[in-house]
Amino acid sequence: MGASGSGAIAARGTNAAAFGGVANHPRISKTRRADEPAPNVADYDEARSTFRWSDARRAFEGRPFGLNIAYEALDRHLDGPRADHVAIRWLGKHGEREEWTYRSLARETRRFARALESLEIAPGDRVYALLGRVPELFVTALGTLRHRAVLCPMFSAFGPDPIRARMTIGQARVLVTTERLYARKIAPIRSELGSLEHVILVGDDRASTAVPGTHDWATLVASAPDEHAIAPTDPETPALLHFTSGTTGTPKGALHVHEAVVMHHLTGGWALDLHPDDVFWCTADPGWVTGTSYGIIAPLTHGVTMIVDEGELDAERWYDTLARERVTVWYTAPTAIRMLMKAGAEPVRTRDLSSLRFLASVGEPLNPDAVVWSQEVFGRPFHDNWWQTETGGIMVANLASAEVRPGSMGRPLPGVEAGIVRRGDDGSIEEIVAPDIEGELALRPGWPSMFRAYWGQPDRYAKCFADGWYLTGDLARRDADGYFWFVGRADDVIKSAGHLVGPFEVESALLLHPAVAEAGVIGKPDPIAGEIIKAFVALKPGFAAGDALSLEIIGFARKHLGPAVAPREIAFVDSVPRTRSGKIMRRLLKARELGLPEGDTSTLEGPGSS
Amino acid sequence: MTAYSRDDLRAAYLAELARIAPEADLSSLDPAADVREELDIDSMDVLHLVTALHARLGVDVPERDYVRVTTLDGAVAYLATRLGAT
Repeated sequence: MGASGSGAIAARGTNAAAFGGVANHPRISKTRRADEPAPNVADYDEARSTFRWSDARRAFEGRPFGLNIAYEALDRHLDGPRADHVAIRWLGKHGEREEWTYRSLARETRRFARALESLEIAPGDRVYALLGRVPELFVTALGTLRHRAVLCPMFSAFGPDPIRARMTIGQARVLVTTERLYARKIAPIRSELGSLEHVILVGDDRASTAVPGTHDWATLVASAPDEHAIAPTDPETPALLHFTSGTTGTPKGALHVHEAVVMHHLTGGWALDLHPDDVFWCTADPGWVTGTSYGIIAPLTHGVTMIVDEGELDAERWYDTLARERVTVWYTAPTAIRMLMKAGAEPVRTRDLSSLRFLASVGEPLNPDAVVWSQEVFGRPFHDNWWQTETGGIMVANLASAEVRPGSMGRPLPGVEAGIVRRGDDGSIEEIVAPDIEGELALRPGWPSMFRAYWGQPDRYAKCFADGWYLTGDLARRDADGYFWFVGRADDVIKSAGHLVGPFEVESALLLHPAVAEAGVIGKPDPIAGEIIKAFVALKPGFAAGDALSLEIIGFARKHLGPAVAPREIAFVDSVPRTRSGKIMRRLLKARELGLPEGDTSTLEGPGSS
Repeated sequence: MTAYSRDDLRAAYLAELARIAPEADLSSLDPAADVREELDIDSMDVLHLVTALHARLGVDVPERDYVRVTTLDGAVAYLATRLGAT
């Protein structure tokens, strides 16, 4: 049997004219099983009207050391019955199993903090992590936060170019990585990383390492003293640096402070409905903000057991894990859900997934048919929610206690003021109050996990705010009941398999190839990944377009950028369309790709002019 | 359906892998190694690899078997079973 939770897909009238295809997807109402805990948000309107940030912040006052994420995640549990509760159940790639209690995880993070002290790393210094989903990642993250250094997690699927850019912008002082990733991605560029003083290596299969110019985890960390007191931590102390991409320019490092934990904790309760006895599985990569906010911090502040699977997405493995570990709350992403849909309902029918209570999705809009599918197959709908690197935590969500509107990201959480706005030519902002009109999704600043800076780029940070709003760059509309619906990006940033990819970063790498004269990069719609990266390339004289060169350029890009960022398709063009001022017209490339009307091309630079 | 030898299947797999990861030196590929780790093949790449094998060999690899085509040796054995190779 599959999940036996009850729930009904009830047909209701919606405003078909306004919602277009969405009207084909009836809302999903839910009923709670008798053995399930009540949702944390019982009544949405009441929760919103009674919530005050001052009250929420007050609940985190009076700690011995100010407000430190590591204390909230671990130490706070050590004096009570949670101390010996399993914090992490780690599932290795090859079937290994390892359990870490709150007590044992805390001990290891104290050792890591002591190791940083022994290396004379100062509070505020940046500690980068390039790791898969291994226990050392959690120790690195929380040990770094204990020490009040700044944690910067990176994708292990990045190639050397994105890694170099991120480590250079954030001036990395320490890097924790594995022996294999070091040999492949760091050693070739190490001499260019001027700020990097210490590399700590986790051995392959966690054996000791002896690589010149690096520290061995097993020697440095495992042998460090396990006593460490958290020094006073002001809530505004920098804690987390997460890189994201814009249309133009270098990657941006969104900086979050220790106070962000207030938001991580609250939203873990509200939007993921975490309860103390939950077994929680967040499938996000640790290199992504979700992998930190909800893959490390929120489950630990709630004292739940989390599942950490080192392996890659594989339908059989995932369903085995859900069933065997009795997962109750599952947070995953649309690309993964669509891959599971491809595998069909059969693997669900042959397993007992009755433990699943709450399913949530983030990373890109979840298509309505995926929500309907989950209700049919699991007896539970996926709850889509919305946030971004800059917001640090979930902002808009479908809640456990409310009906799910398939295709909608839900409603703003308590304390979150979201609006749909229009930017005027003079830079002014006008809120669109009427329902069902497209505009830019904007938020009133002031929530605890709002980013405090783009590292070293104050101008780009300032540009995100206008007239008392934070402008998200996402286009959306709000229906008459206050549910938000994603429409698209306001800029040319690509969302591929949940990764935000900046076209400029890809174009810059392509231009390094000797045959490439010009490159324009877009997101091409893809049924599984949402978008895949496609590059339009104009060649230098003397190079012949063709399959061989296309493969060579793809290989070149994979080597530099890594598989998550490299284009999967190349199209050769005579020239890349540009505006008169020389900007690449990616929208025109996209319109051509989709066979859409090309719109006003009057600012286009004609062929032959230069 | 054409009868394939194991060498045919090996060559077909390597040819399609080379289209997914053109930068890789496949001559030194450990036939028992997981290509996802060795060659930075992500899950989208695996999907494309399976699609390409389908187009080339006419074998439909169901989702649950994706994991069986992530090593060269494993893929050849799997494809041979599916196709009744000699």
